[in-house]
Parts: sequence; structure tokens; C-alpha cells
Amino acid sequence: MNTAVVVLHRVRASSLIDAFGLLLLAAVLLFLLLKFFEDPVRFLNVGIIGMTNGAVYGLVALGYTLVYGILQLINFAHGDVFALSGLVASTMIISVLDIGTDASVLFIIVGLLVTLAVTVPLFAVINATIERVAYKPLRAAPRLAALITAVGMSFIVQNVSLAIYGVDFESVPPFIPRTAAIEIGGVVIQWNKLAIFMIVIPVLIVLTWFVRSTRQGKAMRAVAQDQEASAMMGIDVNRTISVTFFLAGSLAAVAGLVYLLQFNIRYDTGFELGLIAFTAAVLGGIGNLTGAVLGAMLIGMVQAFNEGLDGTPGGDWTRSIVFGILIAVLVFRPQGILGERTPEGA
Amino acid sequence: MSEAFGNFATRVRSDRGWWVAIAAIALALIYPFIVETLQDLPLVGDFVPRTGSMVVMLVFTMMAVGLNVVVGYAGLLDLGYVAFYAAGAYVAGWFASLQFAQVSFHFGSSVSNEQPGIHISMWLVLLLAGAFTLIVGILIGLPTLRLRGDYLAIVTLGFGEIIPQVVRNADEEGIGFDLTNGTFGIAPIDSVAIGDFIFRAEPNKDDLHYWTAIGLLLFTVFCCVRLRDSRLGRAWIAIREDETAAAAMGVPLMRTKTWSYAIGAFFGGVAGAFYASYKAGAFPADFFFNISIFLLCMVILGGIGSIWGVILGGMILGYLNIEGLATIGSKVQDAGVEFDPTKYQFGIYGAIIVTMMLFRPTGLIPERRHKIELEEGVHDTPFYDVQTEGSLTDRNPSDE
Repeated sequence: MNTAVVVLHRVRASSLIDAFGLLLLAAVLLFLLLKFFEDPVRFLNVGIIGMTNGAVYGLVALGYTLVYGILQLINFAHGDVFALSGLVASTMIISVLDIGTDASVLFIIVGLLVTLAVTVPLFAVINATIERVAYKPLRAAPRLAALITAVGMSFIVQNVSLAIYGVDFESVPPFIPRTAAIEIGGVVIQWNKLAIFMIVIPVLIVLTWFVRSTRQGKAMRAVAQDQEASAMMGIDVNRTISVTFFLAGSLAAVAGLVYLLQFNIRYDTGFELGLIAFTAAVLGGIGNLTGAVLGAMLIGMVQAFNEGLDGTPGGDWTRSIVFGILIAVLVFRPQGILGERTPEGA
Repeated sequence: MSEAFGNFATRVRSDRGWWVAIAAIALALIYPFIVETLQDLPLVGDFVPRTGSMVVMLVFTMMAVGLNVVVGYAGLLDLGYVAFYAAGAYVAGWFASLQFAQVSFHFGSSVSNEQPGIHISMWLVLLLAGAFTLIVGILIGLPTLRLRGDYLAIVTLGFGEIIPQVVRNADEEGIGFDLTNGTFGIAPIDSVAIGDFIFRAEPNKDDLHYWTAIGLLLFTVFCCVRLRDSRLGRAWIAIREDETAAAAMGVPLMRTKTWSYAIGAFFGGVAGAFYASYKAGAFPADFFFNISIFLLCMVILGGIGSIWGVILGGMILGYLNIEGLATIGSKVQDAGVEFDPTKYQFGIYGAIIVTMMLFRPTGLIPERRHKIELEEGVHDTPFYDVQTEGSLTDRNPSDE
């Protein structure tokens, strides 16, 4: 066929799809704008809830995106590792440290740090072990094989949680007060929400520093770009992949604690949250670290607005909306929002 | 498990293999008559499934064979097959129950004409359910099948999550029209019947449903064997092995993939409708993600792409799910060990998946061709390139 006709055909088809996607997006934005002017205080308060949810999703989404960037594997087990880490954190806080509502600020801070000092290394090792045992032998196999194995691993980890913690929800006492930390004209940020940002933001800074500036971070980016070439340059590919899983596991452990501070958690929490986080990673552009956090914030907001504002479909439909977004992104813009090829991306 | 043995034997592709298959089918057909004798056997007798359990096993096996068209033949990972099962069950609910009591429509049904609601002969409903899910499959497939394998998996998973939620919410309160009766589900759904001979009303209803299920499974297997050897089937396998090469050889990717998705969906729909009729209801709690994984596990255990393998895998896992784990659990507890395997059934399935993938990725009864692919490796380049296109590369004018 004539090249010009092919090009024209492509332009026409893609611009039509794009136009439809943009129209959809514009409708949503218009709706949000109207809601904002209807009741700005409520809108902003709901938005803050969305951002705190988004912070948790972001940490989990980073785990997906890191692994995807380096292996092109959707690590389904990641969400379940996150849930198990949250459960272990609940044991630490309740049974080992016994942080109650009357605990002093210093004790809370030290206690949370001690919890992290236990769960972060533990789940980093667990995550890296999963890679060694289940994914590494399949590196040369068709991609489908590793993906199916990841689904299987997800069920195994979930049932480990079930075996240890049973079917009950675990939660911790509300030792971080729900009182206002910052209040501007009715818009309130509570202490427990602020605490989450106080944990998440330093973690993100350390992660960025690690990937951008350290030798190991550079090795990770190199392996993500081209495994063979990096091996030829003397990078230990196996070790680098292990480090990536290590990192993803640590992030999951932090996310587990942060989630636990807001909600209760049980053995199957990780499945759905994992899917939401994965959606966030795809929305932002999978393989892209900034994109994962951005996507997670957006998904968190969408969820909060859907559940907290009037005139929306409401909480019964949240899951459908999130997956609808996932499908829409994949159809309209499969490379995600920040989807140019980044050093981390593949 | 007489069939299982027979299927194992048919793997020897010779004329003798076919005779064994016929013998296995004959044995399967007389199963209801010999089941009690088998259950009286010492030691193994407790592990022989009841005929009613066999019906459920056959239904799930049928779905697994349908899923095998998508996963095994075309090599597309579908993690949302439960959506088709649900769609089929609800079609049965719509066209053969009191759900739409505001209208009264009867066609070939054994239900008395005084009863309100739509009542169509269950045999037609099975076809309707298949046709409906086929269309659902095409609708889901069209926007998503252009995506690369792992993205496709996640999108099908998304649909597998959306459809049960839609089903749960689509009542008066949720969408302003009672489509699915919300969390209560639709019940009772009419029975399969021939004329006025209503299967559910007969004392040996399990046996009757069992024979029907065998018939449906044989129909599915027949279709799948014929499809596999057809032009379309060869195109699926070509795509599975190497998408780029297949496209270069003139295989229309989108159309071929969509067909695999739609045909896989068809069998899921028929099986779902039959199952809904067997247990006389469609309930939203039945449709959750784990079912999709359960079916996938059957395919993997038996052998991806191998029909006989999938039947074997389906019967084994179906048995474990419906009776086996509980029986084993009670035996273990009789021996004084506190362990309930039914609680960890999905962990057990997960372990089966991982073990199989690591140690015997071709399954119990490997498909010859797939085995070669796994052993020698295939060219598995992503068919999606952001850098050069900014879009998906298989958007090829000849597809549209």
C-alpha cells in the first residue's frame, strides 16, 4: 500500500481516539471544577483524604514500577507482600512495643522507627527471596511463564498471611491524635494525616537519591535499559535485580505501616490495593518513578472524590471506576501520563 | 477417574488412542450406575466423588477448555474469565426465571404459562448465553487485544473485577433498574427440560444433569479440536509462537485474537448458564477473581494448549475443590492433625501453579508443539514500541 495512505490512515485513527479520550477527560475536569465552586472547603478536605490515600498507593506503586522497569514483569505478589508487612507491623506495635493512645510523642516516634527497622529489612529479604526462588529460573522462558508464576506467588503469600493471622482485621489504637495540625479557613490537616506525609516524603527523597546518585542506582538504570550490555560493562545483573526487589520490598514495608496507621488490614487487603497501585503505576507511565507517585495521587483523589462528593456514583462503584481508568489509559494512552522513555523505564 | 485415564491414553496419537477415548467416554457415561459400588470400595471409597460433584467438576472443566482456547492456543493471558461465567449465569437468570416479572414471555419452556417473567427453553438459553458472552468477549477484546501480553492480562483482570461489581450493583438502587437483583442474585432459574420432562423434578436429577454436562463437554472438546486444526487455529498458534512473524505472513492479528477471545468466552457463557440452571440461581458472591485463577490453574496443571491435559487438570482440581480437599481434611483430622486444607485452597492452587511453572511448565500432558516452544524458546519481542511510534505498532491498516 502507498506509504502516504498508511500514514494518513494512522493519523486519522489515532486522532479520533485521542479526541474521544480528551473529551472524556474534559468532562471529568469540568465536573470537578463545578464541585470546587459549589463547596471549596469540603472539596479541599476530600482532596486531602485523597492525597493521603494516594501516598500509600504511591509507595506500593513504586514497587511495581521498579520491578517492571527492570524485568518487564508485573509482580502480582507485591501487593500481598505489602499486606503481610502491614500485619507484621501491627504485631510489632501492639504486642511487642505496646504503643497505646496515652503514649508520649517521643515513644511513638521511636516505636514507629523500631517497627520500620524490623519490617523493612525483613520484607526486603522476603521480596528478594521470592525473586530468587520463583522468577529467576524463568528469566529465559516466555514472559507469560513468569507472569503466571507471579500470580501463583501472590496466592502463596496471601495464604501465608492467612495461616499466621487468620481472617480477622488487624488494627492499631489511634495513638496519633485525629486533632487538627494545620487549619486554614475550614480546611483541616489532621495529625494522623500529616504523620503519613512525614514518613512518605523522606522515603521518596531517599529513593530518588538512591536511584539517581548511587553506583547501585546507576547499575539499576543500566540494567533496565539493556541487560546484556550492562553485563558486558561488568555490572552484576543478578545482584542488581535482587537489589531492585530488595528496594521494592522495603517500600512495601513502609507502605504497610503507613496503611496500618489509617485503616485496618487483613490477609487479602493486598490484593485489591495491589491492583489499585498497579493501575496508578500504569496511569503514571510504568517504569517511571515520578509517574508512579503522580498516578497514585490521581487515583487516590479520584477515589476520595467519588466517595466524598455528592453527585458521583459512590463507593459501591469505586473499583469499577479505578479499573475503568486503567482500561481507558491502556486504550487511549498506553504509555501513561509521563510515558516517554525514561532511564528507569524500559 | 476413568476419563482421566482414558485421556491420558489418548495422548498416544494413534488409532488405539481413539479407541481408548471412546472407552473412556463409555465409562464416563455409566458412572452414575457404578458410583455406589465404587464408593463401597475399601480405602479409596471415601474419595470417589458423588455424581452431583461430578456435574460441577465437568462444568468447571468445560470453562477451563474454553479458557484454553485463549491462553493455550492464542497465548493470550486472560485473568478475567470469571466475567464470562458471570455473564452466562445472568443470561440464564434473565431469560429463564421470574426476574422480569413485569413481562410474560414463554417460548418452548416447560414452565406453566401463568408464571410471569421470561421463560425460554433452557437449551435455547444456553445458546443465547453463549452468543451474549461471545459479544461481550468481542466488546472487551476490541479495545484491549492490541495491547501486549502482560497489559492484556491486567486489563482482562480489570474486567473480571468490574463485571462482578456491576452485577452486584445493578439493581433498583444502583442504576435505577433492577437488572440483576443486586446482592441477592436471581433465583430460582428454570431447570433444563425436554418437553415436560423437567430434569430438576426427577429423583435422579444429578444423573440427568451429569449426562447433560458430559454432552456439553464433548461438544466443547469437539469444537476445540476442530478449531485447533482449522485455519483459524493455526493462525492462533502462529501468533502464540511469534506475533511479528505471524503478522508478516499475513495473519490479521486483531481479528484472529478477537476470535480466540470471543470463542473462549462462548464456552464460558454456556457453562455459566448451565451451572446456573443446575443450582437454580445466579448469585454475585459466586463470581470473584479467584475463580479466574482457579481455571487458569487447571489449564496450567494439565498442559497449556493440550485439550486432554486441560480436561485432566480440570477434573483433578475440580475434584479437589468440590470434595477432595474436604475429604482429605477430614482424614487428616481423624489422624489427629489440626489442619484444614479447604481454608488454604487458593494457596494450594498457587503452589501448584508455581511448582508447575518451575519444574514442568508443559503440564501433566504436554502439547507437543508447546513443549518445543518452551524447550527451545521463542522469539518473544514486545510488539509495542513507545520510542518509535508513540503508539502500538500493530495498528495495521489491513486490520481495520
